[in-house]
Amino acid sequence: MADGNITINTSRRFFLLAAGSGLVLAGCVTPSDTTDGAPAIAAEAAKPAAPVVDMNTFVAISPDGTIRIIAKNPEIGQGIKTMLPMLIAEELDADWSRIVIEQADADAKYTDRAFGGGQIAGGSFATPQHWVPQRQIGAAARAMLIQAAAARLAKPVEEFTTEPSMVVHAASNTKIAYGDLVNDAAKLTPPDPASLKMKDPKDYRLIGKPMRNWDSPKIVRGEPIFGIDVKVDGMKYAFFQKCPVFGGKVVSANVDEIKALPGIVDAFVVKQAGASIPTKMGLLDGVAIVADDWWTAKEAGKKLKITWDEGVSKDESSAQYDARSAELAKATPQQSLSKTGDAAAALKSAAKTVEASYVYPFLVHAPMEPMNCTAHARADGTVEVWAPTQRPDMGANGAFGLIQSALGVPKEKITIHMIRCGGGFGRRLDNDYAVEAAAISKQAGGIPVKLIWTREQDTQHDPYRPGGYHNFKAGLDANGNMVALTNHFITFGRPNDAGVMAILASANSPPQEFPANYVPNHAYDQSMMMGGMPTGPLRAPTSNAVCFAYQSFIDEVAHAAGKDPLAFRQELLAMPAPGGAARAGMNPQRMADVLRLVGERSNWASRTSLPKGTGMGVAFYFSHQGYFAQVAKVKVEQNGSWRVLKVWSVGDVGSTIINPINAHNQVQGSIVDGISELYQKITFDKGRTVQSNFQDMPLLRMDYAPQIDSHFHITSGSPTGLGEPALPPVLPAVTNALYAATGKRIRTLPVGQTDLRWT
Amino acid sequence: MTTYTLNVNGKTQTVDVDGAMPLLWVLRDKLDLKGTKFGCGVAMCGACTVHLDGEVARACVTPVSSVGAKRVTTIEAIGETKTGQAVQKAWLDVDVMQCGYCQAGQVMAATALINKNPKPNDKDIDMAMQGNACRCGTYVRIREAIKTAAGVDIKDTREV
Repeated sequence: MADGNITINTSRRFFLLAAGSGLVLAGCVTPSDTTDGAPAIAAEAAKPAAPVVDMNTFVAISPDGTIRIIAKNPEIGQGIKTMLPMLIAEELDADWSRIVIEQADADAKYTDRAFGGGQIAGGSFATPQHWVPQRQIGAAARAMLIQAAAARLAKPVEEFTTEPSMVVHAASNTKIAYGDLVNDAAKLTPPDPASLKMKDPKDYRLIGKPMRNWDSPKIVRGEPIFGIDVKVDGMKYAFFQKCPVFGGKVVSANVDEIKALPGIVDAFVVKQAGASIPTKMGLLDGVAIVADDWWTAKEAGKKLKITWDEGVSKDESSAQYDARSAELAKATPQQSLSKTGDAAAALKSAAKTVEASYVYPFLVHAPMEPMNCTAHARADGTVEVWAPTQRPDMGANGAFGLIQSALGVPKEKITIHMIRCGGGFGRRLDNDYAVEAAAISKQAGGIPVKLIWTREQDTQHDPYRPGGYHNFKAGLDANGNMVALTNHFITFGRPNDAGVMAILASANSPPQEFPANYVPNHAYDQSMMMGGMPTGPLRAPTSNAVCFAYQSFIDEVAHAAGKDPLAFRQELLAMPAPGGAARAGMNPQRMADVLRLVGERSNWASRTSLPKGTGMGVAFYFSHQGYFAQVAKVKVEQNGSWRVLKVWSVGDVGSTIINPINAHNQVQGSIVDGISELYQKITFDKGRTVQSNFQDMPLLRMDYAPQIDSHFHITSGSPTGLGEPALPPVLPAVTNALYAATGKRIRTLPVGQTDLRWT
Repeated sequence: MTTYTLNVNGKTQTVDVDGAMPLLWVLRDKLDLKGTKFGCGVAMCGACTVHLDGEVARACVTPVSSVGAKRVTTIEAIGETKTGQAVQKAWLDVDVMQCGYCQAGQVMAATALINKNPKPNDKDIDMAMQGNACRCGTYVRIREAIKTAAGVDIKDTREV
């Protein structure tokens, strides 16, 4: 990988493990498992023959050689359940074919900074935060095993090395299996992590090799591993109807009629409770129906007659937001976000100016697995929760925080099992569904309850990605250099508990957004309008929105300057910082490199010879410490229908691609996800969400998914995360390509709002 | 409530339910077969794909009263068929999965495709699979896994 080319051999992509242990573990399918007559998929993991011995919080070894590693973070499809144990196993020098990975519960014992920090799936933080600590955990256990071997053979520790799951003393030609050493090793004092010598990367046996996701065999067999599959003895099923206007209150409901229906166990009004959650993603008013099976509960919901007090946002609509945005754009901005030089003066003296407004809509997360949670609030005051969550803890919006606050239980009485999530995308950073399940279980008399939302409820009660409006002006000098850029960004807020207008979650536009402090003069301003809806982080929050606006407008300015849009971006990246201005975050040279490489890989120069209706577009973005440049090639039919033919992606996430097969999957998925967002919108009318299911909230399908060339450019420095940074640039890469194909600039999303027909 | 006798994965199963109850919920909540997934409830996503007499069906909109004597095959048993086994293996060799939630439905749709059309091309794959949404965006790999299972060249032949 040192050359940066990660080539996946498609016929035999797996890191195939030495056979011979005889122990067949799920997730370690080797070709020998699939020869004639043998079952294609290994049976359930064999149980260790002897009890495991804890080496530390994460590693336990059985005398039979099985090694159990705890995966501490929530798995939402990002591959963390495989990747973190890979880091431990690498420095432990463990035989991967003898590994059993166990998902951690939500527990403070795993969240020490020395282990990598909190249990959360968000921000693409896991890789940078765990890269050193998780390897140290493995290295510490390995050092203890070596120490135990040295003591046994009465030789100095320096004479020992390891092979997978074996301590080796070459001089005496002795090998001792970890399983034979564990009882001695576990009694030793763990070494100081700082004293541990980590492997030279050239010696890696696991890191950098394509390792299949641990749960993949269970997934293809249809095993019940998701939150929605949880089964608890005596469990009933719940349906919960909230007010369609966010935060509305129940005035009355026909719960007695519902209770009389066949198969219904209980029905009752649930009242809002707990601390004020500004995002409205806590326990809100609603009516719960509990039944022997979920379908019966949901069907009974059709017979609900609820009178709502819809509250203050009942008259809000997307049409109203658009109109208000237009008014605000004409008015003096409410606040300045950042400013360097004198943009107004530079615009006045510019040889050419470009002005355009970009608009993107609200979006819903819509993970494939609808919100659900199983909870048991027992009579003894304990609460046990089986939650497909991205954030069991950390903050008032975590599952612990919401349940503590709404049910009035102390944290030590709450147990949270983190269950594999059928997609997250940021949705499950909020835990409204978890506190609902706990509250319903309690109110139903302490019986265990599985709450499942319908897809319609999922679509209509989301912490939405906020829409936004960017009003740009740019000035070019006589040489086509951008000398000024202004943006009046219109976004959403609402009064906080103190009555002060506060911007909604994820509704911000970064003050240092590129090309701030690359162009000599810029002024970014902001105004807010009232928005009553819940909002929250969607994969690559903020970036997934503003990247489209900025990278589209930069493209537009490049064309106005008569320059190649890729070369124009390189010129911007090469500009000196204006006197006294401090740049934040992005290293321009790293971005220039991935931009150059994506131009080469996509044969960018060939774009000028494409026929009308076919075009290529480029964009780049720095987010979550990752550098991504992408080129999209699109084809637009004369009737205006269009599709993306291919996307080339070059990413720089540091020195190491820990699990390349999964890393490329994240990039491919981000690209498909980003293209999907070009088709989607959430709108509001009468204070409620208009869209309800996949007929009006489309997901990209097989036939529209493009070919993808994913490449990593390897640089120095600790590796960084991949759940998010590959997503933002694909949106403007595609819309810039649509412009190249048709001459029509996409300034409003979804793309379908622009007529792309051509003759 | 009515008693229905179903043939699920080769076994005779009797359930006492409302005839309007979709097969999906009979499988999940009554027969404890949780591999078939709930995604939308309106046959828009394909997460609930099963086979009825070998044909693709969306269990979320299939009333149990309509199943009759048709053989119901779910993800839990698809590996007992030659094609299903090949598809599961290809899914693992390519490592298609991200979150994995839609993949039971994808495997069922792909198996039905290959059973009908042992050497599908890209157009066949587009047609057969467009009812199965993957929110994680694993389509590149689904395409490759289908071709791997079918033993055809994995190259994407669509226009670039």
